[in-house]
Amino acid sequence: MSDAEFTVSFAGPLVTFQDSGRLGNMRYGVSASGPMDRLSFDAAHAALGNLAGQTAIEISLGGLILQCRVGAVTVAITGGDFVIDHAGHKSGSWTILTIEKGERLTIRAGKAGSWAYLAFAGNLHARDWLGSQATHSPSGFGGGALQTGQTLKVLQTSVRADRLGEVPKPDFAPDGPFRVVTGPQDRHFAKEALNRFVTDQFKVTDAYDRMGMRLDGPMLNLEDALSIPSEPITRGSVQVSGDGVPTVLLADHQTTGGYPKIATVISCDTCRLTQLRSGQSVRFAPVTAQKAVDVARQYATNKARYLAQIAVPRGTLEQRLMSENLIHGWIGD
Amino acid sequence: MEPRFTPVADHAVLVSFANEINEDAHAIVVSLDRAIAAHPPVGFIETVPALVNLLVSFDVMETDHARIENHVRALLAGLEIQKVMGIQRQVQVCYEPPFAPDLAAVASATGLSEEVVVNAHLAGQYDVLMYGFSPGYAYLSGVSEQIQVPRKPAPVRDVPEGSVIIAGPQCLVTTLTMPTGWSIIGRSPTPILTGDPEHPFLFDVGDSVVFERIDRDTFDRLQKDAGHV
Repeated sequence: MSDAEFTVSFAGPLVTFQDSGRLGNMRYGVSASGPMDRLSFDAAHAALGNLAGQTAIEISLGGLILQCRVGAVTVAITGGDFVIDHAGHKSGSWTILTIEKGERLTIRAGKAGSWAYLAFAGNLHARDWLGSQATHSPSGFGGGALQTGQTLKVLQTSVRADRLGEVPKPDFAPDGPFRVVTGPQDRHFAKEALNRFVTDQFKVTDAYDRMGMRLDGPMLNLEDALSIPSEPITRGSVQVSGDGVPTVLLADHQTTGGYPKIATVISCDTCRLTQLRSGQSVRFAPVTAQKAVDVARQYATNKARYLAQIAVPRGTLEQRLMSENLIHGWIGD
Repeated sequence: MEPRFTPVADHAVLVSFANEINEDAHAIVVSLDRAIAAHPPVGFIETVPALVNLLVSFDVMETDHARIENHVRALLAGLEIQKVMGIQRQVQVCYEPPFAPDLAAVASATGLSEEVVVNAHLAGQYDVLMYGFSPGYAYLSGVSEQIQVPRKPAPVRDVPEGSVIIAGPQCLVTTLTMPTGWSIIGRSPTPILTGDPEHPFLFDVGDSVVFERIDRDTFDRLQKDAGHV
C-alpha cells in the first residue's frame, strides 16, 4: 500500500468528484448529487473490488487527461462509449488498467454516451461537505470540479494484476421508452398534452447538465397556466415550464419549484437517460406506481447479481491463458 | 383538510393538503413533518416539506407507496393540528450602501421613504416556509404588505451571498453568489450555512425569524469574525 499522485493536464467543464451522494438534506435545499449514471459508477467500483459508493471521477464530454507523477494504481473506466489512451495504447471504456509514474491517461468522448467514470483502487482524496464528497455542481460544494493544473492524490493504492482487462457491460439494463409514473401535477395539463407526452417523440437539446435535460418536442400545454405553489422535486421529475417545454431534472436538481411536473422517470431508467446526447430521441411510457415498484425491485436484484459477478477477480493474464487453454485444449491439437 | 396522496415514481409519495398557498395547509405540513421524524415508517429515507405539501421518500426494497400512505394516514389521525412553535432565529442585516442597491426602487414603488421600508422590513413576522433553489435558500413568509413588490422582469446576475432579498410576501437570505430577480434591500453577515456538522443549516422549516439592524462597522466586524473576509 502506498500513495499515487497525478497532475490534471486537462479537465473539461463538469468533470467532478462524485461519491454515491448526499442523502437526507433535500429539506435544506440540497439535492443528493452523486453520479448521473449510478449503474456505471457502481460497476467501476465493483470491478476493482472497492467499497460501494466511494469517491470516483465523473467525466463529461469535455474529457480528462491525467499524468501520473508518483506511484502506480489500478483504475476502472466505465460509463458511456469513451475513448481511452493509456501511455499510447488505445482502448474503449469498460476497461481496467494500471497507470504508473510517468504515464499519461487520456479519456475523451467517443461515439456515444455523455458520462464516464474513473474509479481508483485506493482512496481518492477530495473535499467533504455534509459527510459526502459528491459535487453539487451549481454551488461547487463537495469535492468540486477538477481544474486543469491541479494535483490529484490517491491514498493507499493497490495494483491489481488479477483485475486487468475488459469489464463486462451490464446485460440487464432495459431499453425502449423511458418509463414514467404520471404526475404528481398531471391535473394541470390538458388531456392532449398528457397523451402527446407518452406517444410523441422528444429530442435531447443542448441545455443538458447535471441539473437537468431540456427536451424538444410537442408543446405540453397547461390547462391552467397559473403558477402552482412551489412543490418538492426529485431526480427524474419532468417539469414543464410556462411555454410548454419539458425538462427532466437530474442529479443536482432544485429541491422545490413552481413548475408543474407532468411525470417522474422511474429511478432505474434515469441512468440510461443521462447517457443520451443532444439530438438523440426520447420516448416515454407510462407505468403504474405498483409496476414501477416491481420493476425497481427486479432491477435491484439483477444489478446486485451483476455487480457480484464483476467483483470476482478474473485472475492474472497468465492465469486466464492457462484456464482458456485447459478449456479449449488447443495444446493437444 | 383532506390529504391527497400522489405516487412519485418508484421512490416517494407526495402528500398534499391544498392547491393554493394556505397557512393552515402549511401548518399541517410542518406538524406532519415533525410527526414523521418522530415516528418514521419502515424504509423511510427523508421528507421535503414545501408550501402545501410534503414529499416522503422511501427505499423501494423495504416498502412501497401504499405502506407509506397507511403510515402517514395513521400519523395524521393522531396529529394535533396546531401551529408548531419553531425556534426563533435572529438574522442581522445591514441596509446601508452598497448592500441595498434596490432599497431606493422599493421605496419609490411603494411611495415610502427608505427608512420606512427598512422599518417595515424589520417589523415583519417571518416564518421559514421551505427551502429550495439552492443549498440553504430558505423561503420566509411575512413581508409586510406595505413593502411587497413584484419580481423584476429579468434577473440580475452575480448577486453576492448574504443578500437579503424580497419579492411579494417572501423574503430570503442568499447563501451563494447567484442571479436573482428579487429586490436586494440589505446584506447579512449571519451564516445560514453554519459550518457546524451537527446543525449545518441555521433554520428548520417552521422556525420564525427576526431581523436585527446593524450598521456597516458592525457588519464588517461580524463578517470578519465569521471568517468571510
